Amino acid sequence: MKYTIAVLVENKPGVLARVASLFRRRGFNIESLTVGTTEREDLSRMTIVVKGDEKVLEQVTKQLNKLIEVIKVSDVSKDAVERELCLIRVNSPPEKRGEIIELANIFRARIVDVARDSFIIEITGDEDKINAFIDLMRAYGIKEVARTGKVAMVRGGKNGK
Amino acid sequence: MRAADAFIKALEKEGVEVIFGIPGGAILEIYDALYDSNIRHITTRHEQGATHAADGYARASGKVGVVFATSGPGATNTVTGIANAYMDSSPLVVFTGQVARHLIGNDAFQEADITGITMPITKHNYLVTDPKSLLRIVKEAFHIASTGRPGPVLVDIPKDVSQADIEFEYPSKIDLMGYKPKYEGHPMQIKRAVELIMKAERPIILAGGGVRISNAQKELTELAEGIPAFVVTTLMGKGAISEYHPLCLGFVGMHGSKYANYALSESDLIIAVGCRFSDRTTGNASLFAPNAKIIHIDIDPAEIGKNIRVDVPIVGDAKRILSQLKKMIEYKQRKEWGDKVKEWREKYPLKYEKDGFKPQFVVEKACEFFPDAIITTEVGQNQMWAAQFFKVKYPRQFISSGGLGTMGFGFPAAMGAKVACPDKEVIDIAGDGSFLMNIQELATCVHYKIPVKVFILNNGYLGMVRQWQQLFYKERYSATCIGCEKMSFEKIAKGFGAIGITVEKPSEVEDAFKLVKENYDVPVVVDFRVDFKANVLPMVPPGKGLKDIIEVEV
Repeated sequence: MKYTIAVLVENKPGVLARVASLFRRRGFNIESLTVGTTEREDLSRMTIVVKGDEKVLEQVTKQLNKLIEVIKVSDVSKDAVERELCLIRVNSPPEKRGEIIELANIFRARIVDVARDSFIIEITGDEDKINAFIDLMRAYGIKEVARTGKVAMVRGGKNGK
Repeated sequence: MRAADAFIKALEKEGVEVIFGIPGGAILEIYDALYDSNIRHITTRHEQGATHAADGYARASGKVGVVFATSGPGATNTVTGIANAYMDSSPLVVFTGQVARHLIGNDAFQEADITGITMPITKHNYLVTDPKSLLRIVKEAFHIASTGRPGPVLVDIPKDVSQADIEFEYPSKIDLMGYKPKYEGHPMQIKRAVELIMKAERPIILAGGGVRISNAQKELTELAEGIPAFVVTTLMGKGAISEYHPLCLGFVGMHGSKYANYALSESDLIIAVGCRFSDRTTGNASLFAPNAKIIHIDIDPAEIGKNIRVDVPIVGDAKRILSQLKKMIEYKQRKEWGDKVKEWREKYPLKYEKDGFKPQFVVEKACEFFPDAIITTEVGQNQMWAAQFFKVKYPRQFISSGGLGTMGFGFPAAMGAKVACPDKEVIDIAGDGSFLMNIQELATCVHYKIPVKVFILNNGYLGMVRQWQQLFYKERYSATCIGCEKMSFEKIAKGFGAIGITVEKPSEVEDAFKLVKENYDVPVVVDFRVDFKANVLPMVPPGKGLKDIIEVEV
């Protein structure tokens, strides 16, 4: 089972290392981790996807809460908007360019760089959508992929703070 | 004002009375400021000794232990002591010097990334990058180390920060957004606990180090009497209730008595207080107390459900919760259970072979001669014999390295405990192997006239490892013979300027103890040349359940 947790932390040097090293030394498995600032510049928000059962989730939550700079930990696995961003550099020989552009349009992806024989395509969406798009691109020869990992936010009035 | 001077003034405001440490380049500014202060400084002979001494001081006094070390090797030498304090939740603030800010990251002389290194073994740590934040950080460090579940905090101070010019404005209060320890137990959970206690037929209290930390011996004893429930303790919990109390069954777990382990295993309700269900206490967790409901009282929510399933979790301070429980429960006679435990107690007492010169005999006699002494232990067989045969009366009487199992802890810890409690006799029950790991602190004891006593149960082996080799590795004694019977601890002690005594047979033990008593003011090392084959029994082999016990055959 995969869980997505949102961690609100003080925006200070070393916090990311503290969080990441806690996962490593306690044997928790990080699937992805993203960090960025929030609406308040003294706070950052981490979105962490962790693999394990409920017991692992409980320990992850409790151990994270013990860190002095961690302000709030919430499980946003359910009922949340989840997105990640991916950049794909794909071969684009002249005879295939039309096809690729068409596919990108279907997925609402954007071509952000055009070179003589390759595109860089930007796509956002949930994990499945990005996986599906990458699979389609394989046929043309993928040269490079960069993914951000997941960011998440609970839907509706509830907030992850 | 020079930041170093402001810093020392801040320590005075925090009520720091003594600092253990060693000066060096990066922390020289602070030592220079210390020169004008009345705070006592004890220069140990190794930074590991300083951290263990501060830890022993903290455990004996309940105050925060303070350590100074310089950058690089000075700082890295504190690592074992910090990890030890972290595992046993001991409040420590370690101040390390760091190279000047413009040199950080350049592999400068005596530079080590000590905040990076100690991240997993501190409750929190700081690198002071702005002189203006120094005093706030000092305040926070003491607050974090001593509140909630205590633990070590490290503050790394670059040399140019301690040289900077700042205003002395010591903050009176602090607000840490992400740190708000919870002291009051949840009323609903307390109510559920009371219901379970009233229903229980075979209740038992499992007391851990948290009882000592929250100074809850009185409350625990009253609750035990009020239910009534027998009490077993973890190694850290020794002294949570007087071991002379009729309800106390003593030490439980891998080397606990058979009756304590049976009582815990057969109970139908365990009230665990300030303990973390370590593998040394529970044996194989999946076989642990199969018929018991479990109430777990702990100030650290992360301990609840970490190792053992819990029926009623109560997060908060042990002292407050125990006294609340006491008020809500009613006495209920549980004769059958009382008889059963009594029967186990009579049938399976702690015992040992009496032929030859047995280490257990030394410990038993020490307990007779020095019943009120603070006992520290090294790690290994000596530690377990001390836990089994030295009965303690009061909460901060037994000081031992539980979680990390640090050889070399006991002697410097004794030094710290003696500094904290100068009127108490302080004895380190030692093994020859462990004592050698921080023996240099004898020089410190002699220099500062800190008259601790060291009783070495000298068997010439890394005894506990030898025991495991005998039982689980077909008697292949790989690398465990260290041959200390061939050297003279007596002469070594004398060489340091302490008193040294060698004891070869049981009949000489009493005289040696009398001599120790007469030399109240001097460090004394007694080398007991005990039977090297003696083992710590009973023993629950690793991976087995608590009822699966290897016993001594007498």
